[in-house]
Amino acid sequence: MSSVEQTISTRRDAGSGALIAYLPIGFPTLDESVEAAIAVVENGVDILELGLPYSDPVMDGAAIQKATQTALQNGFRLRDAFTAVERVRAAVDAPVLVMTYWNPVMQYGVDRFAADLKNAGGAGLITPDLIPDEASEWMSASEAHDLDRVFLAAPSSSDVRMRQAVEASRGFVYAVSTMGITGARSDVDAAARGVVSRLRDAGCTSTCVGLGISTAEQVRDVLSYADGAIVGSRLVAALSEGGVPEVARVAADLASGTR
Amino acid sequence: MTLRDVVGPYFGTFGGRFVPESLIAALDELDAAYQAARVDPAFAAELAELHRTYTGRPSIITEAPRFAEHAGGARILLKREDLNHTGSHKINNVLGQALLAKRLGKTRLIAETGAGQHGVASATAAALFGMECVVYMGAVDTERQALNVARMKLLGAEVVAVQTGSRTLKDAINDAMRDWVANVENTHYLLGTVAGPHPFPTMVRDFHSVIGTESREQVLALTGRLPDAVAACVGGGSNAMGIFHAFLDDESVRLVGLEAAGDGVDTPHHAATISRGRPGVLHGARSLMLQDEDGQTMESHSISAGLDYPGVGPEHAWLSDIGRAEYRGVTDAEAMSALRLLSRTEGIIPAIETAHALHGALELGKELGPEGIILVSLSGRGDKDMETAARYFRLLDGEGDAPAGSAS
Ligand SMILES: Cc1ncc(COP(=O)(O)O)c(C=O)c1O
Repeated sequence: MSSVEQTISTRRDAGSGALIAYLPIGFPTLDESVEAAIAVVENGVDILELGLPYSDPVMDGAAIQKATQTALQNGFRLRDAFTAVERVRAAVDAPVLVMTYWNPVMQYGVDRFAADLKNAGGAGLITPDLIPDEASEWMSASEAHDLDRVFLAAPSSSDVRMRQAVEASRGFVYAVSTMGITGARSDVDAAARGVVSRLRDAGCTSTCVGLGISTAEQVRDVLSYADGAIVGSRLVAALSEGGVPEVARVAADLASGTR
Repeated sequence: MTLRDVVGPYFGTFGGRFVPESLIAALDELDAAYQAARVDPAFAAELAELHRTYTGRPSIITEAPRFAEHAGGARILLKREDLNHTGSHKINNVLGQALLAKRLGKTRLIAETGAGQHGVASATAAALFGMECVVYMGAVDTERQALNVARMKLLGAEVVAVQTGSRTLKDAINDAMRDWVANVENTHYLLGTVAGPHPFPTMVRDFHSVIGTESREQVLALTGRLPDAVAACVGGGSNAMGIFHAFLDDESVRLVGLEAAGDGVDTPHHAATISRGRPGVLHGARSLMLQDEDGQTMESHSISAGLDYPGVGPEHAWLSDIGRAEYRGVTDAEAMSALRLLSRTEGIIPAIETAHALHGALELGKELGPEGIILVSLSGRGDKDMETAARYFRLLDGEGDAPAGSAS
């Protein structure tokens, strides 16, 4: 069982589920992004999803786009991702997944990326624009380096594709809560419940819901049917507004939804 | 298997579907509808009738002898897509996709646009079919193609000036994809070139293949033989794929794509994706693209908004890879000079995009000599570019450009 699955199952056995935090690497600076990641774990986050800034983030809404663009303007380089993962892992024990669009991995070299991520202590990748159909190289690299691979399932996914996502994923399946992009929403789509239940029918034992979750209440609600809740834009907004102390405060508040 | 029979999703190692899972159902639905339409005589008849009564097809070919004097005496034949309704080849694809969207029961069309030609064509189709239309256009482009923004608005479309990233065509595509993910139920994304995830590269190519099918017949009828070379400008590559496709298996015919070299392919300011790009994934497909070492997309540069794109359709990447087509860069200055030359020698003002192909034809003519026959895709007319051209040639500040006769 991977560290991510282990963490999720421990939280589930305790009668709840995992809180997963998305934060972009290099925003507002590399140092602060590392500090922020450490701070959210110290305030109740179970698993980290560190985002790799990319020039064309089609899955992301305004808040995350703005943050990752800032990181790129500040000179973010791919190699910084491995440094960041290493530094976070040296400070806290939570598993660290990297969320990345596919082209940077392809350019770095899929196997080389996997090797360097493993060496840095990373747990695996979440790949928003890579579907299992196109992922053969990543499947072998993740096997070879014992890394998790998180694929997405959407409200629009057919049953066949749900099964495919379950079979291809390791760690968990990312249940997309809504037909849309990242960004805080006042109500997490009822569609999320449907995606999770269809994933369960397809044999899924580990699925976390993401997109639009921004309050402890929503975390609690999601964890009543899913194994984890992923929060991104809300934390990024907190980090933009009030730096590390504010993101820590918001993380602690969100974590209250896991109890 | 002949080259013409390749229908994706892969062209060699290029193509595919690198998109969020949320879009897969829509792509599958579109692909199925397109496969059905492809073999449905009623669909073909409806589209052909629209082209006859609305687009103005078939478009003519025009021989350009005075222009050709500057091309080593080779014969130059222009396929006049500029005469289509809305002024460019873009309408061929737009009407095809709009008909499909109607079949799918979609009521809203979204599109990206660079030069504005595809946006205008999309707004036109939306008006014709009574659909809602939103066009995403980089803020840099809404400025340099202001006239087309006005046209789209007059046609009833909403134009969104995209402020993210480099604020050009690539960012307009990102925003259109984001819109599509969220509104896929009632919305069709009318992608304007042969890029993007499958089935777009194949479908858009097929809708434009009428350019090559018509002109192959027209050249044969006029000259009694096939041309030695076919030249077309390449942004995403739709007019080029459209005119190339009919000739793919005619081995004697050279297929030449002209990319925007901006200040020169060896400067940082160009959009010569095939000449200078590396394989990568952008906007849903594996193809060639301009990118830095980390795989971040680089900004492209061209005086022509329609060619100012750091990616290219996967079929072009493949045709280049297997050596079936060749791709060359044409600088801003070379294109503008060809634009002026065609205007003065033939009375045809081409789009700046198209002017890249015209410069390519001048060079090809010199290589081929007087026996050569070159077919050029005259992809669009220059009306939208008058402001840029006026500024470039200083036509409005009293100093003016050199008078007629000095064209060279
Ligand atoms: C007249 C004209 N030609 C060519 C292009 C480039 O597109 P493509 O390479 O898809 O033909 C455009 C795009 O806006 C255009 O307006």
